[in-house]
Amino acid sequence: MTTEHHEQDLAALEQRFQARIDAEEKIEPKDWMPEKYRQNLIRQISQHAHSEVIGMQPEGNWITRAPSLHRKCILLAKVQDEGGHGLYLYSSAETLGASREEMIEALHAGRAKYASIFNYPALTWADIGAIGWLVDGAAIVNQVSLQRTSYGPYARGMVRICKEESFHQRQGYHIMMTLARGSEEQKAMAQDSLNRFWWPSLMMFGPHDAESAHSAQSMKWKIKRQSNDELRQKFVDQTVKQAEVIGLTIPDPDLQWNEQRGHYDFGEIDWEEFTRVINGDGPCNRQRLAHHVRAHEEGQWVRDAITAHEAKKRQRNDRQAA
Amino acid sequence: MSEHMKLYEVFIRSRRGLDHKHVGSLHAEDPAQALEYARDVYTRRSEGVSIWVVNSSDIVASQEGDCESFYDPLDDKPYRHATHYQLPDEVNNM
Repeated sequence: MTTEHHEQDLAALEQRFQARIDAEEKIEPKDWMPEKYRQNLIRQISQHAHSEVIGMQPEGNWITRAPSLHRKCILLAKVQDEGGHGLYLYSSAETLGASREEMIEALHAGRAKYASIFNYPALTWADIGAIGWLVDGAAIVNQVSLQRTSYGPYARGMVRICKEESFHQRQGYHIMMTLARGSEEQKAMAQDSLNRFWWPSLMMFGPHDAESAHSAQSMKWKIKRQSNDELRQKFVDQTVKQAEVIGLTIPDPDLQWNEQRGHYDFGEIDWEEFTRVINGDGPCNRQRLAHHVRAHEEGQWVRDAITAHEAKKRQRNDRQAA
Repeated sequence: MSEHMKLYEVFIRSRRGLDHKHVGSLHAEDPAQALEYARDVYTRRSEGVSIWVVNSSDIVASQEGDCESFYDPLDDKPYRHATHYQLPDEVNNM
């Protein structure tokens, strides 16, 4: 085939691919897809998976210190869910030809990112409430939108995750509500936690649309269905009321209902902080990554043992068959 | 001759975006033949856009009797359900 022919074929394939997406049809693993679509998805899905797994750290840290057996059980169940969500996402990325080892290696080498929110510490019990209410709340807004993403396995993974996620946000809000109705100190603890987690939660939606590196192409390919700013607005609109109901104050003097827009106006995010944390200089970046590397290395003997056990079993079966 | 042919389980994706779903099984000499038979038998009325065939002997299945050890915590962990958390009416759609 000449290069010219090859280019024509490629153009035809790309056209058919885009037509399929425009018609709201899903792309499935064995379909032809542009190499950049594949790469873009692997990047996004693996970072989503890393976020689920790294996100287990700030919460896991509180399992032994949760104030009652009941709260311990809930938190344990939630952290287990997050591990499962990581698995759904890694296996969805694997349908695109990425290996688990490559993805983990990219995380450890700092080439793959994860949600910057998990680089903030969970200092008090109220932070576990704020993480469920705000961090999972923001994640749900994003994930509900991603249920309509163009890649079939990713979309189906999101449906499964959203279903399981619904209890996460409610348990977090329930913690905040209980503290807010408690003693003065407990209420202050809840407010302090909201103060620290509000802005980082808004940062979870990423840069403004105009500044977002991958957004335009991702929207055209319908990997993303709503822009960063749209999703952020949706989150603010639904959360203001939730804070009011339990008597907590959102730490933003510019927050105000805009009758004309039918949305809340809110203040500007500290983008310097956003960039700093994303690029590795948040309060816990090094700790989070070091912990993941250590857990991975300390688990090596388990993976080795499984392989050795399998080999032995196969040997035994072969001997019996002979 | 059918007793000498392998059994294959057939899964069909009815529409893009949906999971493959088990629809039945058939005997065939090899995977390629199983795929053709599946097409002939199971997709005669545009039931699907994609077929999987899997050797039945490759399927590892749990049994209903294993329920306890597999699924035991189903009922005694109600806090894993959203409905477990009672919230004020104004925010209950969370």
